[in-house]
Parts: sequence; structure tokens; C-alpha cells
Amino acid sequence: MLKALRKIASIGLISEPAPAPDELLRVRRALDATIAAVLGRALCIRHVDAGSCNGCELEIQALGNPYYNLEGRNIRFVASPRHADLLLVTGPVVRNMEMALRRVYAATPDPKLVVAVGDCGCTGGILGECPAALGRIANVIPVDVAVPGCPPSPARILQAILTAIQG
Amino acid sequence: MPLRRWWDRAEPVSGAPQVRGLGVRSEEWLQVAQDVAAAGGVLHALWGSSTAASGGSAGERAVYAAYLTDQGVLVVELALPVDAAHLYPGLESIFPAAARMQRAARDLFGVRSSDPDARPWLDHDRPYEFVRVDGEGVHEIAVGPVHAGTIEPGHFRFSVVGEKVLKLEERLGYAHKGLEQRFTELPILQGHRLAARVSGDSAVAYAWAYCQALEGMTGCALPPRAAWLRAVCLELERLANHLGDLGALGNDAGFAFGLTQFSRLKEDLLRATAAAFGQRYLFDVLVPGGVAVDLSARGAAALADAVWAVCAETVELRRIYDEHEGVRDRFTGTGRLAPQLAARLGVVGLAGRASGQARDVRVDLPVLPYTEVHIAKVVQHGGDVASRVAVRFEEVQVSGRMLIGLLARLPRGAHATAVGVPEDGAFGVGLIEGWRGPVLVALQAGPSGAIRRCHPHDPSWQNWPALEHAIMDNIVADFPLINKSFNLAYSGVDL
Repeated sequence: MLKALRKIASIGLISEPAPAPDELLRVRRALDATIAAVLGRALCIRHVDAGSCNGCELEIQALGNPYYNLEGRNIRFVASPRHADLLLVTGPVVRNMEMALRRVYAATPDPKLVVAVGDCGCTGGILGECPAALGRIANVIPVDVAVPGCPPSPARILQAILTAIQG
Repeated sequence: MPLRRWWDRAEPVSGAPQVRGLGVRSEEWLQVAQDVAAAGGVLHALWGSSTAASGGSAGERAVYAAYLTDQGVLVVELALPVDAAHLYPGLESIFPAAARMQRAARDLFGVRSSDPDARPWLDHDRPYEFVRVDGEGVHEIAVGPVHAGTIEPGHFRFSVVGEKVLKLEERLGYAHKGLEQRFTELPILQGHRLAARVSGDSAVAYAWAYCQALEGMTGCALPPRAAWLRAVCLELERLANHLGDLGALGNDAGFAFGLTQFSRLKEDLLRATAAAFGQRYLFDVLVPGGVAVDLSARGAAALADAVWAVCAETVELRRIYDEHEGVRDRFTGTGRLAPQLAARLGVVGLAGRASGQARDVRVDLPVLPYTEVHIAKVVQHGGDVASRVAVRFEEVQVSGRMLIGLLARLPRGAHATAVGVPEDGAFGVGLIEGWRGPVLVALQAGPSGAIRRCHPHDPSWQNWPALEHAIMDNIVADFPLINKSFNLAYSGVDL
């Protein structure tokens, strides 16, 4: 135990400042300033993999590391869409996940925000639309903010989340 | 030596070393499988093909199997009659892992095996019945496809009594996106980009396997510097994934300290990787004929320093894990896959090595630069979570040392060379040991630079069924830990 405590003390605080929101990522504005104020500074996110290659998932997981320190910014991932304010969706949306994605969206309480993550989520990516895949997230559920990249860096994903919750 | 006769009859296949191909008749299909099994080989991949989907007149159909044997890789082709009701002999009784591959091949290409389980696998439109467990107090827990954590989609059906798991049935295919179809729409010189995105955590392994198959077909001699840089990328990918898993495994055992520390180390490594190659995950560094980015001498030195730091800290953290009684208690004896069962199921890669299956393509069928460096195969025999953790801890050190050696002695010269377009009908196989296990890519060229057929094969195909065994008699609450200790691909097998 002592070794672990010594390790914690020796590393110290390494969290970096959060990036500023980027209006260029915004697709539509669903929140007005009043609702954004009511939502406050705590945000619950439900991640949905609608058919990605797992690349975007790696960068979403990285948001939890001490450099990005998501929880330190009062943002956390929750286990159920019913507890979520925002859906972080990776794609492309494949046919076998279409129903699940629609159900997750329906189960999320209003005002539900959706951030589409990655080139596949934004445009369908290298796969595009085909018999097995429906392409970008916006083809299936409304999207508020879309962050391209293959995969987008954790800082870019964080920026997209912060843009979405700015009314 | 019955396997010998097939090996001698087979023709060399280009791509990975020691690959041979053989066309067989229907009655020989099973004999080859039996002889491979008797000689201690395993089924690595099984896939179908059909020209009917792409407009072929009669619709030529075939099924292929790739076996890993002591001699090398034996690829067997069985041409099938046009009759859609025809059943080819199923391999499940010899190689249990064949079952899901055969079901997937049927969903994608209509080729049907004689094995009894004819339920769909990738096709979610056809009805699907789970196997029911009856008995007093038995109930089911259904989980997914959307999971509580940030992971890929899949469905798990547990039959439990109280907390104890009697049976787990996996239902995958949720991430099926028509990858094999998409390959046939890309120029063969562009296919490596899609290969890198079959399973994003193994981008380098897939891209290398694809390029290896393609370069073999065109007779392209890879410049030594390109081969060394590819190995640097592959080992960086292994390190990054192992670090991520070691943190997540600590967390799943209730030791959040582990996740914090290892996720920090992983981020350090990814940033060093990005500084050296311009990308955190190396999706687009490997290209046919070499690598797209060369490494400067200063870049190589900085990367070696970062790797050294990561390895040194991992030694320190391993001591903390080992001395933590709570962590040890959760890891030891949990999710045990005995070596004998692992052999029967044909478990490969990291999970196989944790259950005594001493296979590693980097050692068994090495290409440059693995032919020139010494790699110790890391093997454990416990088969439990603790063994899979130990394999990762040791592989971090083995790969780390190798990386530092590779970076210090990078050969001079070109980092890429030109690759021509293979002839119509040319066939090649790539085989690369990714962090999870051996990744195989079978590639066939079409006319004027097109792809006729590409099958990317993930080691998770044979390891997913092993997870169903490893969880038996454990408690439901240990499933996340056991599952993470295997950390298998979804997208990689959903195709």
C-alpha cells in the first residue's frame, strides 16, 4: 500500500486544461442558455458503439486518463441511457445495431444531446452506406455535434462534448 | 506422417513464409482436418466465397480452411457444386472453433456445412434461439448489445443459479458492416486502409498482414528499413494495448489506482508514438511496399526513451499488483481455462499462451526483422486471469526490450518501395502476430488492380468460445474481469 501511495505522491497532478468549445463542430443547437444553465456543470454520458472498428472507443476510454481527467470536470460515463444527458455515438450505424441505437435514443430523457464521433459517425467513413450499414449517425438519430477524425484525439472529443453542452 | 502427404501435394502460396495451398475433393476435406488435428495443428480460419453475389454467371462457390501446423500454414480449398442445398462436411467435431466460422460463411456466401447447428451468426434477420438451461432456480440474465462500459456491441446470455454461472452463450454479429463486400469495391493498392480498420486496436497487425499478402503476390522485396519500422509499429501497438488492459484489469478487480497509472503510461506511449510517426494509433503508417512515414534519428531516440520509461514503471507497478492481496485474490483461480481444454478448443495468441499453448508467429514463422532478433515466447500454464495478466506483464518487457533494440539498430536505406498490381487471380496470405494473436489476411486479386476476395481473420474467432468455458462455475460479478482478461474483438469477427 505504501508503494502505491508513494507512487501517487510522486506523480502529482498532471491534468491538462480543457480545450475551449469549437462552434465549427456544431451541427444544430438544441439547448438554449436557460436549459444549459439548468443542466449545470455535471454531465452524464452514455456511449453507444453503433458499429465502429473500436478505434474511437480507445480514444473515448483515454478521456478517463489523468491527463484529460474527465471526472475531474464533473463529466462521467453512466451505465444506462436513462441516466444520461448526452449520447456519445460511434459509427457507422450498422443494420444490426440500428434498433438498439433507436431504443437507446428513445430511453434517454430530454433534452438529449448527441455527439457523433469519428469519420464513420460523421459521414459513414471508409465504409459509407452499403447493404449492411446505414452510414452516418445523423441518418438514424438527430445529431447536435459531430467530431471527425480517424479516430479523433481525446482532446477533440472533449472539445465536442463541451461544445454540445454550451447553450 | 499423414499430414506430410498433404503438405507435399500442396503448392507454395505467396505472402507469409511457409504457406502452402491445396485444392481437395469433398471426401478429402475431412481427412486433411483429421490429419492436421492428429499432428497437433489447429484450424486458424475458415471462410467461404461465391462469385454469384458479384454477378458471376453460374456462381462458383468454395469454402477455404487455413490450418496452423508445425510445418507452416496449410490453406485448403474445396470447390462446391452450384446446388445451393449442397452440404459440405462440417469440421466442428474435429475443430470446435469451426462452428461459428461455418455459420458466418453461410450467412455471407450461402455455403452450408453438414454440422447440426445451422443457426445464423452474422445475419440477424433470421430467427435465433438461445440454448435454454432448465432446472430448479435457473434463470437467465441478458446483457447487451449496448454495454455499461465503453466497449463494442455484443450480447451475452447467462444461465445462472444464484450468483453462479452455469452457462454463457455469446451472440455476436452486431457490428457486422459488410467489410468483405467493401474490400471488393476498393482498388487492391488501397485495401490496406480498410484492413487497418477491421479491428481498430490491431490496425498495424491487419495492415501488415494485408500488405504481406499483396507484396508476396507482386514479388515486391520489402526494404529492410521498412520491415524494421513495421515491427516497431507492431510492438508499439502491443505495448499500448497491454498497458490499457493491465489498467482495466486492476480496475475490474477494484483497484482504481491501477487504471489511473496504466492509463497514464498508455497516454505517454501514445504521445511518444504520435511525436515519432504523426499518429497515436498508426492506422495509416503501413502502406504497400513499406511505411508512409520515416523515422528521424532523433525521433527514434526519443521513442526509445519513452519505451524505456514505460517499461521501468511497469516493473514498479507489477510489484504493487503482486503485493496487493485484494488484487491477487480476484486474479488467482478466476476464469480458469485449463491447458488441455485450450488445446482442444484451438485457443491462440495471448489467451492461448496463458493456457500453455506456446504458439507465437513471430517465433514460429518469422519475417524480417523477427528473424534477426531473439524473442522469448511468454508462456504460462495457469490459464486463469492471473496468468493472462502475467503474460501481458512479461510481454511488455519483452516487446519493450525488443523495441529499444530495433530503434537503436534501424538499417539505413529506403522506407518504402514501389508495388505493382498483381495478376488477375493471384492469391496471397498474410500472417502477423498481433497483440491479441495471429491475424490472417487471405487476399485474391481481381482484374486490373481490383480485389476479387479478401478475408481478414481475427484470432478472436477461436478464443470467444473459450470464454464461454472459462466463465463456467464462476460468479456473474467476475464476468467483467474474466472478459477483460481475454479482451476479444467484436468488430474483428463481425466483419
